[in-house]
Amino acid sequence: MSKYTEDDLREELKTKEYEYGFYTDIKSDTFPVGLNEDIVKAISKKKEEPKWMTDWRLEAFRVWQEMIEPEWANVHYEKPDFQAISYYSAPNSKPKYDSLDEVDPELLDTFKKLGISLDEQKKLAGVAMDVVVDSVSVATTFKKTLAEKGIIFCSISEAIQEHPELVKKYIGTVVPRTDNFYAALNSAVFSDGSFCYIPKGVKCPMELSTYFRINQAGTGQFERTLVIADEGSYVSYLEGCTAPSRDENQLHAAVVELIALDDAEIKYSTVQNWYPGNAEGKGGVYNFVTKRGLCETNSKISWTQVETGSAVTWKYPSCVLKGDNSVGEFYSIAVTNNFQQADTGTKMIHLGKNTKSTIISKGISAGKSQNSYRGLVQVSSRADNARNFSQCDSLLMGNECGAHTFPYIEAKNKSAQIEHEATTSKIGEDQIFYCNQRGIDTEKAIALIVNGFSKEVLNKLPMEFAVEAQKLLEISLEGSVG
Amino acid sequence: MELKEKLLSSFLAFENQVDVDTYVHDIRSKAIKTFENKGFPNKKDEAWKYTSLNKILKEDYSVFSKEENNLDYNDVKKYLIHDIDSYKIIFIDGKYSSHLSETTHDGMDVCLMSAALTKPKYRLVIENYFNKIAKDDSLAALNTAFSQEGAFINIPKNKLAEKPIQVIHFSTGKESSLMLQPRNLIVVGENSHVQIIERHQSLTSNPVLTNSVTEIFASKRAIVDYYKVQNDKQNASLIDNTYINQKQQSHVSVHTFSFGGKLTRNNLNFYQNGERIDSTLKGVTIIGDKQHVDHNTLVHHIEPNCESHQDYKGIFGDSATGVFNGKVVVEKEAQKTNAFQANNNILVSDKASINTKPQLEIFADDVKCSHGCTIGQLDESAMFYLRSRGIPEKEAKALLMYAFANNVLESVKIPELKKRINKLIANKLGVNIGFDL
Repeated sequence: MSKYTEDDLREELKTKEYEYGFYTDIKSDTFPVGLNEDIVKAISKKKEEPKWMTDWRLEAFRVWQEMIEPEWANVHYEKPDFQAISYYSAPNSKPKYDSLDEVDPELLDTFKKLGISLDEQKKLAGVAMDVVVDSVSVATTFKKTLAEKGIIFCSISEAIQEHPELVKKYIGTVVPRTDNFYAALNSAVFSDGSFCYIPKGVKCPMELSTYFRINQAGTGQFERTLVIADEGSYVSYLEGCTAPSRDENQLHAAVVELIALDDAEIKYSTVQNWYPGNAEGKGGVYNFVTKRGLCETNSKISWTQVETGSAVTWKYPSCVLKGDNSVGEFYSIAVTNNFQQADTGTKMIHLGKNTKSTIISKGISAGKSQNSYRGLVQVSSRADNARNFSQCDSLLMGNECGAHTFPYIEAKNKSAQIEHEATTSKIGEDQIFYCNQRGIDTEKAIALIVNGFSKEVLNKLPMEFAVEAQKLLEISLEGSVG
Repeated sequence: MELKEKLLSSFLAFENQVDVDTYVHDIRSKAIKTFENKGFPNKKDEAWKYTSLNKILKEDYSVFSKEENNLDYNDVKKYLIHDIDSYKIIFIDGKYSSHLSETTHDGMDVCLMSAALTKPKYRLVIENYFNKIAKDDSLAALNTAFSQEGAFINIPKNKLAEKPIQVIHFSTGKESSLMLQPRNLIVVGENSHVQIIERHQSLTSNPVLTNSVTEIFASKRAIVDYYKVQNDKQNASLIDNTYINQKQQSHVSVHTFSFGGKLTRNNLNFYQNGERIDSTLKGVTIIGDKQHVDHNTLVHHIEPNCESHQDYKGIFGDSATGVFNGKVVVEKEAQKTNAFQANNNILVSDKASINTKPQLEIFADDVKCSHGCTIGQLDESAMFYLRSRGIPEKEAKALLMYAFANNVLESVKIPELKKRINKLIANKLGVNIGFDL
């Protein structure tokens, strides 16, 4: 395959039978509820991990035991009982439904609006599916293309087995086990996740996406992702899925570590649409994620996220700009509706000289939701000529929601140049009137305005995601006009 | 903590010594309990993340001044805005100085807190206003517990206070180190107008810690202009807690000029209880050495159609640290709120640092709220322009910094005070140019 085109990807997504085979022998296991050292050891054993990894997990577990759950975020929720969770459950290979007719029509409706193909719909809803004959070959070609370039893209369990030297060297270097409560928990019990290594000077020819694989395996509750871009390489990595995911797991505590070595560039895009709970605010996923990237000299890390799901989101993709001339970017859209709560933002830690960072955050709150931006821009005394630009805009729809901004700015260098601006507004009546007058109904008009409001961020998404994300915004805000 | 113990035991002695009725006594006893439970704030408190009191709390402060001290007018004249006619309430080491002061009871009360707390004729005012809006946090409670002296200003309806009121606290340094806890109460009636200048000044290099609480009540359509001049000696620290309650259509502005002191913390809180209120918070901070200035502001928009404007400028040299923590809360009912907040900073030294945290918490949808904050340097092309016209580097820098701070100064309504501030700025920037060009 000389060039991986959009059509290829579509085909790829449609078939989505990328079989890594790392789940084959563990089909029906579920561990007893509760968490102790034995469980941690058992998880490690299950994954046939080497001793260093087991020890690493145990150490994290000990650290976690000493820690208390953080409460500073501007969210309110019933705290999960960590002893009432089963920390390991193998994917359920039995389909939930026999045909699409049995699936919740509301869900199907959403699929339709997102423009997801029938086969894909079946997959996402957990309907039994006929195996598409040539899917295996597509997956193989895909893997082959990557292998030719020397790119390693596999599950983290596989990486621990096959590339222990890389994992050992980098895991926990950006997000140490002691970093925070959920990072420590994740380090102790992570069940799976993705691993990606781009060798020196290689430009990854396609968007690396995890979502087909993870969906197939049933979403890991404690995912661990490690992306390493070696000197001069480039990778664009996609995570998540626009389709609503009816996941049973209430707590998701993932850790994502990005490492951009000299002159490398990583673009990490996320679309998160976990189950947000029903209109009364019952149920829904708690999404507590630690994401951080480390930039060496002349490197660049760019985070783009579209957050529409989860009952409680608590997520701060950050960049540690360690090397000189490194660049960090953060583009985010967070939409909250009904009773959702989001406390999200970023941290830009400027350590090297001539480092630059850009933060564009768009928050849209509707219904009775609360949406917070929380960010930190820190310029150390050695970071000469650091430059930051932050912009946080909030859009409020209805008078029962809230929008909050908590930016922390700490500068210790006189040559730093930092700008922060934030605005809060509602959709102007005149804007709606303008659209109405031209025959666009109010609901469509709002979608139009919201899309315009979010454009700066949507533009940063890889193309195939951008279209879906746009529709997703519309759907998330459906019924919030009133 | 030693100072805490000392304060707690001093409280017993203090209660025996002051002549109070039960009403205030109850408030004091409750407040000391609050302080006992909470103790001094530390860095773990979100509001004190960037400001540590540890160092200044280590001093062995006298809680009360042992003797009455006097000062000669000519020695302290320079700290007053002396070229205008004004009312003066002047305290020396926490004790009222009658010969330096100029108070009145003619149509309005410009007098002492000690009188207000004890005389029956003020009983109603005290019951209605005293300690009604001061927050229940530890430092304000500590002040409440020891509240005895300060300025009491009570302006009735429809009254224009024709001259400004200066409230000045001197500390003489007769005590090796002194803690002062002035308590001010300002009640401004409907349609009335008053201008107040407040200053804390220590006269020697002995350490002083001032923990001040001021409560201001602005009735309907009242106009209050409050100016805080903070240009104290190197060893003086100030924790200023100001609470302002505004009724409909009132206009209150507070200007804070922080040029001196070791550690200055300004807790400035506005509560808007009425419609069409206007609140203005402005500040200029120019500090160097190891000085630390922390502005902690809150504007609470409770009712619709109100406005608030915040504009804080800071210039930080040497190893100075600046903190700005501005919070705007817009309640659900407060539709059509316009809230603006700006914080601009210039760092002129490698060791100086600034921490800023402008927060918005918004629960209403039909509002216009924005905040902006910048940290940067002087514009190089502007510097070049001035230099190419023969202006020496130092003066050029000073001019640019002055221009930077100027829109805060523009809204100062007392010309003599403005002139004085101009001089202080010139002094602070180390240049000798008249800025009232």
